[in-house]
Amino acid sequence: MRLSWSDPVFRAVVWQVVIVGIVGTIAWYLIRNTSENLAARHIATGFGFLGRVAGIPIGESLIPYNPAVDTYGTALVIGVLNTLKVAVIGVILATILGTIIGIGRLSKNWLLAKLTAFYVETLRDIPLLLQLLFWYTILQGLPGPKQSWHLGSFAFLSNRGMKIPVLEWQAAHSWAVLAFVIGIVVTAIANRRARTQQEATGDRPVVWPIALAALVAFPVIVWTVLGAPFQLELPVLRGFNFQGGATLSPEYFALMLGLVTYTASYIAEIVRSGIQAIPIGQWEAAGALGLHNGLILRQIILPQAMRVIIPPMTSQYLNLTKNSSLAVAIGFQDIVSIANTTLNQTGQAIEGIAVIMAVYLTISLSISVFMNWYNARIALVER
Amino acid sequence: MSQATATVEHIPTAARAQAAVASLGPWAWARANLFGSWWSTAVTLALGYVIARVLISLFIWGVVNAVWTVPYSNTGVADTAICQNLKGVGACWAILTDKYRLILFGRYPYDQQWRPAIVVVLFIGLFVVSGMRRFWRKELALVWLVTLIAVGILMWGGILGLPEVSEDYWGGLPITLILATFGLAFAFPLAVLVALGRRSTKLPAVKMLCVLYVEIIRGVPLIAVLFMASVMFPLFMPAGVNVDKLLRAQIAFILFAGAYLAEVVRGGLQALPKGQGEAADALGLSYWKKTGFIILPQALRLVIPPLVNTFIGFFKDTSLVLIIGLFDLLTMGKVALSDPPWQSFSTEVYIGLALVYIAFCFAMSKYSRSLERDLNRSRVR
Repeated sequence: MRLSWSDPVFRAVVWQVVIVGIVGTIAWYLIRNTSENLAARHIATGFGFLGRVAGIPIGESLIPYNPAVDTYGTALVIGVLNTLKVAVIGVILATILGTIIGIGRLSKNWLLAKLTAFYVETLRDIPLLLQLLFWYTILQGLPGPKQSWHLGSFAFLSNRGMKIPVLEWQAAHSWAVLAFVIGIVVTAIANRRARTQQEATGDRPVVWPIALAALVAFPVIVWTVLGAPFQLELPVLRGFNFQGGATLSPEYFALMLGLVTYTASYIAEIVRSGIQAIPIGQWEAAGALGLHNGLILRQIILPQAMRVIIPPMTSQYLNLTKNSSLAVAIGFQDIVSIANTTLNQTGQAIEGIAVIMAVYLTISLSISVFMNWYNARIALVER
Repeated sequence: MSQATATVEHIPTAARAQAAVASLGPWAWARANLFGSWWSTAVTLALGYVIARVLISLFIWGVVNAVWTVPYSNTGVADTAICQNLKGVGACWAILTDKYRLILFGRYPYDQQWRPAIVVVLFIGLFVVSGMRRFWRKELALVWLVTLIAVGILMWGGILGLPEVSEDYWGGLPITLILATFGLAFAFPLAVLVALGRRSTKLPAVKMLCVLYVEIIRGVPLIAVLFMASVMFPLFMPAGVNVDKLLRAQIAFILFAGAYLAEVVRGGLQALPKGQGEAADALGLSYWKKTGFIILPQALRLVIPPLVNTFIGFFKDTSLVLIIGLFDLLTMGKVALSDPPWQSFSTEVYIGLALVYIAFCFAMSKYSRSLERDLNRSRVR
């Protein structure tokens, strides 16, 4: 290779060496400062602190936790689970609410269209953090357990959060769930066989009776045979607080309310533009072929609209997950909150931040990978 | 997302149908749009009832029963007894009339608060000027530079006979505007470079650095970046160097905004037909000439509407500095609420703050949509 500045290959190598060198020097400088500072403050690096007893009181947890004996590692796992609890349920609820509102915006009813448009415009223009604080103070301002708002004797909304009944879980329920899973597999097989037969002969055998039997009848029969146990554990007011039932804490409830209503305003716009992006000729052409409306929507419009909807929807799901980190502002103990407490108690700033980043990067990448796979599956195959 | 909306903004059929119906008078319009079918009638009646109930109770709470001022004791402490008695029945706007200077300008010296007020006006002026297409030329960068310097002089003072005010006393709306605007001003050049780096085919090492930067920042929440700035940044600096909290948050914002803007710019670069670059190559232009004179002017023009949308996002995101304890608009609202006599009137303060954010964001998103329409007109015919 001739070493000449007019040689593009040589130039590219020089530029890369220079740029990577600059970035590397800065990184080296920062790392050197950091290690000097850490040494001066007598902070040991490494993840050894994960095995120490945490002593962080945690309000709500999906796994058993005792601050006196459990470690920082366990506390962080609880944080991750709490984040996932918010993200998974939030994504589902936001999708449902967003779709309803998005379709509402396309309604022929002027009042409904304007109201949903107003909803979208207002919620998008207020910072999420402000909305969360607003909902949280509203929930805290609710009356106490004795004067709580209630729905019969099933659900109670008070400043202690939302109390809901829970099903007393018994072996029969587990068996019914297993039967349902088997039902899904059976339905999938029936569907595939129907498709093969349709491709071979042009006639599609009827699948829905099999699906109904496998998905509904089979689990119900299993449940009945095992004695059909059904007992709800109702929340009951005893003294100053409720006993029994499950609790949605005010923090969780406020976080859900804020995240779902806020994200739904974005999802509504995505759904609306997805449906509007399909030319009206598609409806007309399908109608001319003699298809009825439901079939047109399912077979012609939705598959095309999904292609427009999926990519921006993915980024909204990612946004919701990342926004769930605002929980720290209203005291819901998600991963950011617990990692922050951990780094304040142990002084392990770098490790604490690294844990937060690793958790979110993992969640983000998983959602991206899944949605990319789904998108590739439904994408238009061109040439 | 904004590109998806861009493609559907201009569907004329609905508008045309509406215009035709509207010309038949209000009754025909109502029959078509409110009582078109039994289903539509039911929706109209149900929604109408709910909306009327909500509006009436809001009006009674917010206007009829509202308290606008409260008496003060001799020591200057507000006597909020009237408000306390009306709690839940009437709004206590007195907290806003009492605290609006604190919320808007923070703990900036009271007699000097005309300075942050001018800063706010300067920022709004800067946005308006940048929004007018008449001013879209190179001199605009100069206007930005001059304005940002003027903002610095006004806020810090220390020269031109202005008393010096340390940034520890800054707060309220100026902080929100400074974080968002300086963030954009510095993140934008960074974003262009990163986007170009990510698109480059000849520099794989540089491309990898850019991809890493963009994907890591976009994969984590802003809070993580802000925590990093507030907790890890002091460790990065050599001993004895102490970087101010505001500056740390500003750097975090620039890094965060840079990654998102880089993706927006990359979208513009990708949308540009390949022939433009090839034609420039055929003319023998160097890489920088090609990029500076052919590619970027066209690509950036394409991405102005999503750029405005991204900016709206950052404007709202500045409220997150509450969590690391900086005194922006939202934090000042919470500070105002920590005053004992006013503690229970958070709803009023949050509504007031929401209106300020809505005013800014609504104006910008309205502008962004009109711009999208204008820019599309030339392409759609």
